[in-house]
Amino acid sequence: MAELTYRDAITLGLAQELAHDPTVVFIGEDVAGAGGVFKATPGLLEKFGPKRVRDAPISEQAILGAAMGAAMTGLRPIAEIMFSDFLAVCWDIVANEIAKSRYMTDGQMAFPLVIRTANGAGSRFGAQHSQSVENWAMMIPGIKVVAPSTAEDAIGLLAAAVRDPDPVLFFEHKSIYPMKFEVPDRAGDIVDELGTAKIVREGTDVTVVALALMVPRALEAAEQLAAEGIDVEVIDVRSLVPLDTNCILKSVAKTSRLYTVEENPRLCGWGAEVASIVAEEAFWDLDGPIERITTPHVPLPSAANLEDATIPSVERIVETIRKTANA
Amino acid sequence: MTTMPSYEDYGKHAPVFPAAVDTANADHPIAPEVRMRLYEIQQQVRLFEKRAYDLFLKGLVKGTSHLSLGQEAIAAGFGAAMRTDDWTFATYRGHAHTIARGVPLTPIMAELLGRANGLMGGKGGSMHLTSVEHGVMGSYAIIGAHLCVANGAAWTAQFNDTGQVAVAFFGDGTTNIGAFHEAVNFAKVWNLPTVFVCENNLYMEYTPISDVVPVTNPAADRAGAYGLESIVIDGNDADAVYIAASTALAKARAGDGPSLIEARTYRHHGHSRADPGKYRPQEEIDAWMERDPIPMYHQRLLQLGVGEHELTAVAQQVAAAVQTATDEATNGALPSLDAIYTDVWADGGWKWRN
Repeated sequence: MAELTYRDAITLGLAQELAHDPTVVFIGEDVAGAGGVFKATPGLLEKFGPKRVRDAPISEQAILGAAMGAAMTGLRPIAEIMFSDFLAVCWDIVANEIAKSRYMTDGQMAFPLVIRTANGAGSRFGAQHSQSVENWAMMIPGIKVVAPSTAEDAIGLLAAAVRDPDPVLFFEHKSIYPMKFEVPDRAGDIVDELGTAKIVREGTDVTVVALALMVPRALEAAEQLAAEGIDVEVIDVRSLVPLDTNCILKSVAKTSRLYTVEENPRLCGWGAEVASIVAEEAFWDLDGPIERITTPHVPLPSAANLEDATIPSVERIVETIRKTANA
Repeated sequence: MTTMPSYEDYGKHAPVFPAAVDTANADHPIAPEVRMRLYEIQQQVRLFEKRAYDLFLKGLVKGTSHLSLGQEAIAAGFGAAMRTDDWTFATYRGHAHTIARGVPLTPIMAELLGRANGLMGGKGGSMHLTSVEHGVMGSYAIIGAHLCVANGAAWTAQFNDTGQVAVAFFGDGTTNIGAFHEAVNFAKVWNLPTVFVCENNLYMEYTPISDVVPVTNPAADRAGAYGLESIVIDGNDADAVYIAASTALAKARAGDGPSLIEARTYRHHGHSRADPGKYRPQEEIDAWMERDPIPMYHQRLLQLGVGEHELTAVAQQVAAAVQTATDEATNGALPSLDAIYTDVWADGGWKWRN
């Protein structure tokens, strides 16, 4: 086992895939020479050369268009959109072009590409550099959506995304970049599977389903609640599309209670879909209402205390579960 | 200072007339068989589009459709100049560019009619014609996007050093959208083998392009900003288009980067089936109908010694092919409802959960 930050894991994952397949190419703004604004891509240019690791202008439509055109003609591009908020300026390429072109052409084309992007709050950047937009992506038929919460998952799911024949939107969380994790010593050979959730803490009383930064928070909340006698099972969803509903439904059958912890704003957040599935298919397993712990339906404020109070905190998770788990 | 046009001025703007035919193009040493191919493609597009229009009027073609009647010479010039492994990226006005790459007429017509024997099995429709095996890498209905996508294909060609070129066709209105500027700049700074072809038919949908761009030539006058040569050609002269296309394709293949070509032309009809095109001054329409690319090219071939009977034979052959396509399309089965759930993913399915 080696200790690795999530940021270093991303670099390692990219290097692993660039080494694994000579058709893998990586582009974005400031990703090559500068090594990325989050320093998640240093050394790749030096290691793989300017033909495969290439800087692009501030032109998100051009970047994703290039990735799409390259994917349909035989390359496996990884394109970085620096902040996930910037997806809004190239959403046409994502939602109208990449997601739909295989379907519209009756399967004539495939788009083996990955869009990596830094998502989420915690950096005090304000409402245009801190959003959690995974729910935007989830509602578009034709793109897979992944958001790892640990270093090992970052490598393994990135590899799975790059090797997948379909387009994948890969959300990295800005606040997890500096966190350290144990990673097995299998550098160069860590490959996970899309569409699989993971039970990261087993429990018997309630099920908490979380994503990305909300996973470590849910785990911490679970520890606190354990001290109070509430045994929490925590599921890291990891992949919104495809969605591992079996894992969630099985857990709910065991615990009879479901909480989602979502950083995206309330309306049409990913947890709404999870709640709807559980309500439809596991209603008689439930002992109480499903509860969604989300960012309220507001843009994100910038000041530290405001931002902290806006996205779901360990305290909010603990309080919500404590109030209702035994009710 | 600009003044706002009044209501009464709608459709009364100054007409824009076509340039005189450049007779020197007839002297250009284009191979006779290439010229016959240019003629054939133009006839194919003309007769196909006329038939498509008739089928709208009969209610057989649903949705919308954007015809290239009057703009045939551009598709023909590029279609004849491109290598079979080059890539075409078209807009929603893409029937012509699909035909020009040699895609059979039946699946195109059947796609317009929403039939199972359509080019995309009825899942794309008029605005999304695609035939990867013919290098037609899609028709895109959101203005500007496909210029960026074409760069990606060009990038693959550059990466693999294959000498292939990506050609993106678009209208004059596209020169005002951000994706156009992003794509042209990107192609130049990456030195990509992309050829951008602006079909300037003088109208951004229903609005004169001169009302919405501050320069005379919407594409060519912007070329300088991206370090590109300013090129305006007669889009109604298939020879002029073929010459410009050959030059730009050769440049791209040689690794000398992208080109931006503005081809002046004119729609014989409105923007789409819903549009009678009444916003255009009559004397302008008359002048451009006089410069119809097909009779002009017919005359040129006669001057160059091609027999009238040869040209008649081409036209008859094309008419027969269009009739066959019409019959095969109208007799085509409706798509199976199973098609709704195919090919969201590369495994052929649509599954989003277990």
